[in-house]
Amino acid sequence: MKTQMTGADIVIQALKDQGVDTVFGYPGGAMLPIYDAIFQQNDIRHILVRHEQGATHAAEGYARSTGKPGVVMVTSGPGVTNTVTGMTDALLDSIPMIVLSAQVPTPMIGTDAFQEADTVGITRPCTKHNWLVKDTDELAATIHKAFHVATSGRPGPVLVDIPKDVQFAEGRYETPQKADLGHYKPQLKGDIAAITELAEMIERAKRPIIYSGGGVINSGPAASMLLRELAEATNIPVTSTLMGLGAYPAKGKHWLGMLGMHGMYEANMAMHDCDLMINIGARFDDRITGRIDAFSPESKKVHIDIDPSSVNKIIRVDLPIIGDVGHVIEALLKIWKSRGRKTQEAAIGKWWSQIDEWRAVKCLNYTPSSSVIKPQYAMERLEALTKTHNRYVTTEVGQHQMWAAQFLGFNDPNRWMTSGGLGTMGYGLPASVGVQIAHPDALVINVAGEASFLMNMQEMGTAIQYRLPVKQFIVNNERLGMVRQWQDLLHGSRHSHSWSESLPDFVKMAEAFGAKGIRCSDPDKLDDAIQEMLDFDGPVIFDCRVEKHENCFPMIPSGKPHNEMLLGDDSTENAIDAAGATLV
Amino acid sequence: MNALNLKKGASSKSAYNLQNLAGDHIETHTLAVMVDNEAGVLARVIGLFAGRGYNIESLTVAEVDHEGRRSRITVVTTGTPAVIEQIKAQLGRLVPVYNVHDLTIEGPAVERELALIKVAGAGEKRVEAMRIADVFRAHVVDSTLESFVFEITGAPSKIDAFTELVRPLGMIEIARTGVAAITRGM
Ligand SMILES: Cc1ncc(C[n+]2csc(CCOP(=O)(O)OP(=O)(O)O)c2C)c(N)n1
Ligand SMILES: [Mg+2]
Repeated sequence: MKTQMTGADIVIQALKDQGVDTVFGYPGGAMLPIYDAIFQQNDIRHILVRHEQGATHAAEGYARSTGKPGVVMVTSGPGVTNTVTGMTDALLDSIPMIVLSAQVPTPMIGTDAFQEADTVGITRPCTKHNWLVKDTDELAATIHKAFHVATSGRPGPVLVDIPKDVQFAEGRYETPQKADLGHYKPQLKGDIAAITELAEMIERAKRPIIYSGGGVINSGPAASMLLRELAEATNIPVTSTLMGLGAYPAKGKHWLGMLGMHGMYEANMAMHDCDLMINIGARFDDRITGRIDAFSPESKKVHIDIDPSSVNKIIRVDLPIIGDVGHVIEALLKIWKSRGRKTQEAAIGKWWSQIDEWRAVKCLNYTPSSSVIKPQYAMERLEALTKTHNRYVTTEVGQHQMWAAQFLGFNDPNRWMTSGGLGTMGYGLPASVGVQIAHPDALVINVAGEASFLMNMQEMGTAIQYRLPVKQFIVNNERLGMVRQWQDLLHGSRHSHSWSESLPDFVKMAEAFGAKGIRCSDPDKLDDAIQEMLDFDGPVIFDCRVEKHENCFPMIPSGKPHNEMLLGDDSTENAIDAAGATLV
Repeated sequence: MNALNLKKGASSKSAYNLQNLAGDHIETHTLAVMVDNEAGVLARVIGLFAGRGYNIESLTVAEVDHEGRRSRITVVTTGTPAVIEQIKAQLGRLVPVYNVHDLTIEGPAVERELALIKVAGAGEKRVEAMRIADVFRAHVVDSTLESFVFEITGAPSKIDAFTELVRPLGMIEIARTGVAAITRGM
């Protein structure tokens, strides 16, 4: 292979050598040399989005549903500033993403040139690492290093900023094998003494629980399989964060459902009352812990995580194990088996009876209606009619997101794409585009709120252009529902600007884009309407008109511990005290 | 007036006072951080402290290995033991960081700072400044008829003590380097 080539060709070659076959991007002046190189090759497919934020979320959807990194290409200035939200989203949810941005030519940097922005400065806090490449000879190695950093350890977004003159100039190409990747090398294997201690704790535990998170998904499908084996072998119940859904199957015998603010009653109660908590690849997020000083008061806590900074950040744990969760569970199983597969069987049996009592509360119960579609009912029907499909689900952010998490069941990892850490409205539609690109024959549904949908609705154009049959299922309550719910809870039901007014006609909008529009407001017709959506071979916007005032329960009000959950028919008056109201 | 009866500005250290650290004491630690001397590395470290609401009492940086292009950052910071642990873990997570040493824990360590201090004056005050400089082993590195520039090296507390004494004698300007630190012994 020739080793001297232009910077633009180096970019293409480096992507090919990294196994990239798809990039999401949007061109502009400073990016033209690279776009010219893209035009002259056929190995890498470029998906033209309609807004750079859309490219980032599409890349996230692609990454989360494939386990491969997502790649984004944008021009300088406004192109790259539009990616800031998506990179922050990927940072908080640990999604591997490589953003290649163009920069003004090196002699013009610092002159306030047209479409110049301090890209590495702006994106420093929202990337795992970033680089400005000033020399074409260093371009290949930097791109390879970027892939290495994005995908190893705790994954995350990285950015490589490439000035236009660096793209034009000739330089030396280096293969990933030859390139110097630097000293960044996260620890994968856990400490055996600590893992043995965990095995002992499992042997002694009477009320154990596994609290798993997105780290299990990030570790790869093998980690999910090992998690299942661990739960089956030890009879320990499993709950998971929003980001970890699917690692343990929803139909699995040990599944308690999601935990946290809108998690299942049984999961939260079990977290509160357990005597051994095994956190596998989660991070004690405030949406999970509720009030810190009342968090699971009687348990020994173990934290398995690849990121040392996650340990003891919020909750002091008794036993930290730094390493890749897949490696650690594998070693744990080996050690626990070799010690004779011991558990406190009788005690754990009692623990399960207690859990069954909590389950009997049926925390997802809601008051059904024969005249309006309850949002929970919409989710139940969507689940019933799609669960046997080869299905991927993305969501926007709000009440609908929580209902989707509560009512849809995920039996495999990489099937559920949602913005957890940042809570980015506008994530779901572009994410569904990215997922469908990666899985052309699958059923890809974005469970959306009408307000969130409007935030990146331009990406319907992308769906049409690439013939992506994404199903946009809008749970339309004509409200910024989650905001309205919080106003009900702690601002005296003063609904300040939480109405979705002047909404477009979503059916006409679908038609204007060239998609199919379906509207349904009658519970009796809902099944047929959903079936019509599924039968249509192309993108659909489904305007599901639901009850406008439904609130999402159960709920741990902010500032409250796990065992003070609100259930659907509890009074919400004074649910949150003054201290809780200051929290987010 | 405030319907919700919320306390404004409940926390000074961070926007989110989630940790109940009541009763935890504040410690001062000196950290030595070895980094790749690449563009923006200092901004990364400072941005981390600013972004997460950590304190910087003093920060020095210089390349210490020209061939390997590595710099040593010495940062003196304060916080509860839990916050200090977080600071070290967060620093360790930065890609250009090789290692983080907590000299306060790994010590004993020698800490030194250099200061240049300009004192203007004549007559008895001038003589007195010279006398104090002698006691503190400060050197005169520049002198005119109306002024001296003293160079003093030592622990930050020694420099504080010296400046206290020469301030009333006509100290008009001071430049301090911040702390450089290293563990004693092998
Ligand atoms: C970009 C962005 N802006 C604001 C918010 C705050 N927020 C959270 S949920 C929500 C309302 C979402 O409304 P909708 O999409 O209709 O969903 P619903 O809650 O009604 O199901 C808002 C404004 C956010 N999460 N993201
Ligand atoms: Mg809504």
